[in-house]
Amino acid sequence: MSADTVSVTGWGRTAPTTARLVRPRSYEEVADAVRACGARGGIARGLGRAYGDAAQNAGGSVLDMTSLDRIRAIDAEAGVVVCDAGVSLHRLMEVLLPLGWFVPVTPGTRYVTVGGAIGADIHGKNHHVSGSFSRHVAALDLLTADGTVHTVKRGEPLFDATAGGMGLTGVILSATVELLPVQTSLMSVDTERATDLDDLMARLTATDHRYRYSVAWIDLLARGAAMGRSVLTRGDHAPLDALPVRARRAPLTFRPGQLPAAPAFVPEGLLGKATVGLFNELWYRKAPRARRGELQKISTFFHPLDGVPHWNRIYGRSGFVQYQFVLGYGKEEALRRIVGRISQRGCPSFLAVLKRFGDGDPGWLSFPMPGWTLALDIPATMPGLGSFLDELDEEVAAADGRIYLAKDSRLRPELLGAMYPRLGQFRALREELDPRGVFTSDLSRRLSL
Amino acid sequence: MKDAFGTPQSLLILGGTSEIALATARRLVARRTRTVWLAGRPSPALEAAAEQLRDLGADARTVAFDALDSESHEETLGKVFTEGDIDMVLLAFGVLGDQERDEDEPLSAVRVAQTNYTGAVSSGLVCANALKRQGHGSLVVLSSVAGERARRANFIYGSSKAGLDAFAQGLGDALHGSGVHVMVVRPGFVRSKMTAGMKEAPLATTPEAVAEAIEAGLRRRAETVWVPGALRLVMSALRHVPRPVFRKLPV
Repeated sequence: MSADTVSVTGWGRTAPTTARLVRPRSYEEVADAVRACGARGGIARGLGRAYGDAAQNAGGSVLDMTSLDRIRAIDAEAGVVVCDAGVSLHRLMEVLLPLGWFVPVTPGTRYVTVGGAIGADIHGKNHHVSGSFSRHVAALDLLTADGTVHTVKRGEPLFDATAGGMGLTGVILSATVELLPVQTSLMSVDTERATDLDDLMARLTATDHRYRYSVAWIDLLARGAAMGRSVLTRGDHAPLDALPVRARRAPLTFRPGQLPAAPAFVPEGLLGKATVGLFNELWYRKAPRARRGELQKISTFFHPLDGVPHWNRIYGRSGFVQYQFVLGYGKEEALRRIVGRISQRGCPSFLAVLKRFGDGDPGWLSFPMPGWTLALDIPATMPGLGSFLDELDEEVAAADGRIYLAKDSRLRPELLGAMYPRLGQFRALREELDPRGVFTSDLSRRLSL
Repeated sequence: MKDAFGTPQSLLILGGTSEIALATARRLVARRTRTVWLAGRPSPALEAAAEQLRDLGADARTVAFDALDSESHEETLGKVFTEGDIDMVLLAFGVLGDQERDEDEPLSAVRVAQTNYTGAVSSGLVCANALKRQGHGSLVVLSSVAGERARRANFIYGSSKAGLDAFAQGLGDALHGSGVHVMVVRPGFVRSKMTAGMKEAPLATTPEAVAEAIEAGLRRRAETVWVPGALRLVMSALRHVPRPVFRKLPV
């Protein structure tokens, strides 16, 4: 098992800390690595797509799980896959799409591991229909602090603590995931523009139930009457008969394209108000006012940024902050206020998306709740950003909303309890299961999870 | 842990009555800092400073620390680190001395050198090693423009700061990749009790401005911070002025 002392950050490239990175290649090696963790503990890490410090552990161990990448069994009849925690959703798509199956939930990138997907209890554009990723996990194998492996089934308390538990209940070794049947590897997509925030919310509320996948890109730099103008892209997997005749011969091919990677060095401040404002203007104008049934590749519809490897470098060495919150239905006034403040402030965000969530998920620290979620990215060097986001946190907390831990790198710890009412339960279980704090991350230190 | 903007949750100040350090602490407490350790010689001023930070909501504690007693640094500072992670150490102690008197009394000049340089070497290394074990943290060292080029008017103080500055730069390079970030702060003339009654130099600044520059430097993970920023240009010009001319400059 190789081990190096390396500097580790999340996808946002802020707050680097140094840890011993170990790469276990088998379940036994994971157990050995956990036993050898030492006083500063260890945490599992997948492909490092959490934006903040969730998969960092200063002075301790970080377990790189990506070598545990075996797909153990596929039931092509029932649509169930059993795989190691280090298998990426990209790999699952490569293997499963030709068999007519798709992952139950995919976030904005395919490069997340199954273990990470459960640990952060990720959601996708289909949350309003399908819920979070862990809802489709029938069982998982969890290595806990005492070195034993537990098979944990959906519905058990340990499962609900682990789903969204940010890796702090133990190391997920493998999982049984239930899949979605598809006839083709293409998406049938409807695109429309919304002229402002109210128009957007009205459109999403009225017709979201007709689509399996729904999301809106929102221009947060637009001000005044255009505030909250957006492009809605909603759709479903295309049925076979929607394909042109020639394409029907190989309907399940999966060939995501890839552009050259972002350069390793990008000057600071490339993404300012002017450049992002221009991008947003073009992006909005480019979108059709209304288009129905356009066929798009899975990678185009779900994972446009995966086309540029290391796209997170474009923010320069200071990195960027992702801010994602959810506000319950009925709190639209607070949402309008927050969007107004962001647009007034001129946060140069070109990846902002708004989405409606469905029912909340059972994970104790799962993020989704029925309501509106807004995600945006901001260069970390923006002056006064820290206090500005603190003010937004106050608004979110006052409206009984919450912040997504998988994206967080800066939340004030005092607010966490109000946002996650089951936090006490989570802490109690961790106290019992892992009294010495073997599983520790920079996130858990920062927020006293 | 520090957040995405480099703001620490816990802070250890060496030289707990330094005005620059306390201005920095007030600023950071207003953001994220909850635990503040003030290390310094026990005095009513040190306790008052802790009390003031407590009023701002911080959990402020004092610890007896003498820069001149290098032997004790390992023990006194080591104890602080056993109580929990320290995200940022601010090395802020230092004495200005009295140039005229010090030239006549070599032993008092040595005190300046020992406080500003030797004391910083021992306490700086103790803290650096503790931060290294944590795998994270910032060591912020208050240097001075006076160390950039020794001047006739205060070369005893200036040479001690030059030593400190070189030490901190080297330490920063040694710690590169260890997760520990070393930031050298070079303020110009700072209006404070240390400089009370002295003739102000051009580009004079305040403890609050230095605190603001430190916060911004943490955000950028800067290695060198000049306060005000214009001093960087001024000093890089002054560095190249020939000796016969520099000697006569009214600075």
